[in-house]
Amino acid sequence: MTTINEKVAIDHGLKKEEFKKICDLMERTPNLTELGIFSAMWNEHCSYKSSRKHLKNLHTQGKRVIQGPGENAGVIDVDDEDAIVFKIESHNHPSFIEPYQGAATGVGGIMRDVFTMGARPIANLNSIHFGSTQHKKTKNLLRGVVKGIGGYGNCIGVPTIGGQTCFDESYNGNILVNAMTLGLVNKKKIFYSKAAGIGKPVIYVGSKTGRDGIHGASMASAVFDDKIEEKKPTVQVGDPFTEKLLLEACLELMADDSIISIQDMGAAGLTSSSIEMASKGKLGIELDLSKVPCREEKMTPYEIMLSESQERMLIVLENGKEENAKKIFDKWDLDFAVIGKTTTSKKIELYFDSKKVADIPIDFLAEDAPEYDRKWKKIKLPQKIKFKKENFKSLKINNCLIKLLSNPNICEKKWIWNQYDHTVMGDTIQKPGGDAGVVRIHGTEKAVAASVDSSATYCFAHPLTGGKQVVCESWRNLISVGAEPIAITNCLNFGNPEKEKNMGEFVECVQGISEACKYLDFPVVSGNVSFYNETKDKGIKPTPSIGGVGLLKNYKNMLTMDLKNEGNVILVIGKTEGHLDQSVFARNVLNEKKGPPPEINLFNEKNNGSTVMKLMKEKLILSCRDVSLGGILIAIAKMCIKGKKGVKLNKLKSLINKFEFFFSEDQGRYIIEVSKKNLKKVENILKENSVHFDNLGEVQKDNYINIDSEKISVDELSKHNKNWLMEYMAQ
Amino acid sequence: MNSSVIIFPGSNCDRDMDVALKKFGFKNEMVWHDDEQLPKSDLIVLPGGFSYGDYLRCGSIAGKSKIIKSVIDFAKKGGLVLGICNGFQILTETGLLPGVLQQNKNIEFICKNVFVKVNSKNNKYFNSIDKDVLELHIAHNEGNYFCTSDELKMLKDNDLVAVSYCNEKGEVNEKSNPNGALQNIAGIFNKEKNILGMMPHPERMIDKYLSGEDGSIFFKNLLNNFK
Repeated sequence: MTTINEKVAIDHGLKKEEFKKICDLMERTPNLTELGIFSAMWNEHCSYKSSRKHLKNLHTQGKRVIQGPGENAGVIDVDDEDAIVFKIESHNHPSFIEPYQGAATGVGGIMRDVFTMGARPIANLNSIHFGSTQHKKTKNLLRGVVKGIGGYGNCIGVPTIGGQTCFDESYNGNILVNAMTLGLVNKKKIFYSKAAGIGKPVIYVGSKTGRDGIHGASMASAVFDDKIEEKKPTVQVGDPFTEKLLLEACLELMADDSIISIQDMGAAGLTSSSIEMASKGKLGIELDLSKVPCREEKMTPYEIMLSESQERMLIVLENGKEENAKKIFDKWDLDFAVIGKTTTSKKIELYFDSKKVADIPIDFLAEDAPEYDRKWKKIKLPQKIKFKKENFKSLKINNCLIKLLSNPNICEKKWIWNQYDHTVMGDTIQKPGGDAGVVRIHGTEKAVAASVDSSATYCFAHPLTGGKQVVCESWRNLISVGAEPIAITNCLNFGNPEKEKNMGEFVECVQGISEACKYLDFPVVSGNVSFYNETKDKGIKPTPSIGGVGLLKNYKNMLTMDLKNEGNVILVIGKTEGHLDQSVFARNVLNEKKGPPPEINLFNEKNNGSTVMKLMKEKLILSCRDVSLGGILIAIAKMCIKGKKGVKLNKLKSLINKFEFFFSEDQGRYIIEVSKKNLKKVENILKENSVHFDNLGEVQKDNYINIDSEKISVDELSKHNKNWLMEYMAQ
Repeated sequence: MNSSVIIFPGSNCDRDMDVALKKFGFKNEMVWHDDEQLPKSDLIVLPGGFSYGDYLRCGSIAGKSKIIKSVIDFAKKGGLVLGICNGFQILTETGLLPGVLQQNKNIEFICKNVFVKVNSKNNKYFNSIDKDVLELHIAHNEGNYFCTSDELKMLKDNDLVAVSYCNEKGEVNEKSNPNGALQNIAGIFNKEKNILGMMPHPERMIDKYLSGEDGSIFFKNLLNNFK
């Protein structure tokens, strides 16, 4: 028998004061099983103890919001009987240790969060961040993560319709793997995790429990050191086939009304799922752990409670429905066991071999969990860089374009998404590679658009601006495919919250996100926080990933970015000020890494976006792309590459130089293609709405971008854009 | 015309196939792997996916499933059996079609549009199809067709290579081979040409908003050939 003392508690990731608090609350020293349960519930990953105070300020309300944060996933109304359930979640720590399984189980976990609510998953996305392309681990990590994401999602048969991949040396020791899933549910058939009723059977379904993943959630709540390889056994192993069976079985059981509450066993497994159900229902729960199906011999109550074996669910059923439910799970060859019942005790009481092995009031684990108001440092806006004329003197537009289009963060990511099944389910109408992925709502005229974005460079330079910017970027990406933006989910990846600088980055990014969400009426409905993304004292850049979801009332009105016809006019919506600081151009061509990120003007952002939507409603836009990394010319180059067309650009009438005009990353801008016939009408609408725009030029049949006297081959650009990643991975 | 789509645990293109068959006028029924009897059908489809997880060889467990005996009987009596992707893998595992599908040459899953050349029109599947090159979609990890030289000779002598990977112009060459398949083989028949196994998914190409529409040509033609 292990003696429980402060040292054992600290080994469990608890702090000295936290252990004292546990003993005070319990009025005794907890036993090992109880200590394990406390450590799982009180760690950062499950308790949000450092972030909770700030997350309360997020904007979470909206007229289409059916369920905001606090459930397995958020839910939004998409008209008629339909609702979309969606969420993004991190699986960073395991993916760095074991990229294939780490990424695979990340995808599995987020899909369970979605189908737990009664929704059939209809699309997956992901945001993945890796270290420098020069770093020795990057290539293998990228290969493993991509294989893992594909291996899981492809097998289940849910299309991966989009994502984002970034490289930056700050992720050398801590990659990020954020997975997002969207599911479709009937508004009247949404399932929640709150238990209700006394004496209701608690059912365990899915895979058997093994020793994998024990303390996974605690690992995700600590920084990495030299010994991370030793943590490999804490990474769970995914079984997508079982998940597919679990998905079908759960949806089949959900067709009638036998389920009272359902919760997937994710982080901290049986512990957090049972406690969450009881806590939300203000009930007690009694479990007999001898009845839990185990795949390994002699598992102890401690191990059973803390295992993070995948593909498992906990269900509270109506009395008398057990037999019918069991039939469904038998049909799908899945384990089914009645392991306990709900009680009035407001405690979690665990039995093993007829002996009581744990007895803890639920409140101690949930409500009384620590909440910290951590110290944080405000981050000042850096001074603007004064770029001198000679900086640009020897530059050629052509060379700059080639350099930027083959930049790892801008180049085409086909090598990645060709490994993801993005067309299964037969409703993918915009594949990866556009501003957002789009899937039809099966059997209707509607479609949903989704994108994932992050801008760690901006967030690092100035977290408040960066936080706003990511939300705006997501909003623009959805508009660019013709969707009305509805809501977001956020995955907040940060360093060590015990450091004032990291905590400051978190607080100000969240503030920025909240301000933008409120102004754009683009609420947060779900998300998660991943702290301690730090190895040997080196933290990552602050990286909030925003997953945005929008609605197209008629999928036939969807827009793509490829240029359509010669003779059409290209406009840039929004004002180009020439802000180069923190742009890909400044960082990679001018080698200047300082300065503030581009300013966010929320009024312009909203006004420009809403006006573009108006133009779309009138069917005046033929192709569209938002202006993001690399500025106007990168956006146009990509539109040319996709459309296999060229452009003739007008002579600049601007006061800034052509590099500032073409490569600056000012916000709130879109490139649109309109026919000459409609040009007047478009200009009038833009003027009526006080939206600034510039006429950039015309689409040409020949495959060249013509700027002044420079004639740049689109085929050549396309080659650089498409080949970089493939060549890098082949080396 | 009546069709049946078999659902194995882990099938994931079963619904897509159901949608496609119905769209073009088949009366389709879904059949569970654990059943023994097939409903009255003119066409049996083994859909794509990862039957039983495909943790052993792809399709090997499905090849031994309860329903498969009836499928084999049906096929041996001359009934039409179409296997797409995992369905093709299952057909080779049952021995109804020769050869095996190995892991793709680049050891990566591949999801993209491809072109295939229709080699043989003297059969129920492609008879009177008015295109020689179809643009279809592949999504697989094990599509690299291989067989012995005797089997290959048999396939060629009997005109049993149904479709081959090619480029837009219909040229069959190494560059247009996505997965390393022997001689670009994308699909084959049995000797009687009532069984067709192929890797590309026609059911994912059935309207212009998707990856393309050549799948529609395949299904329309198939239905016409029944009439």
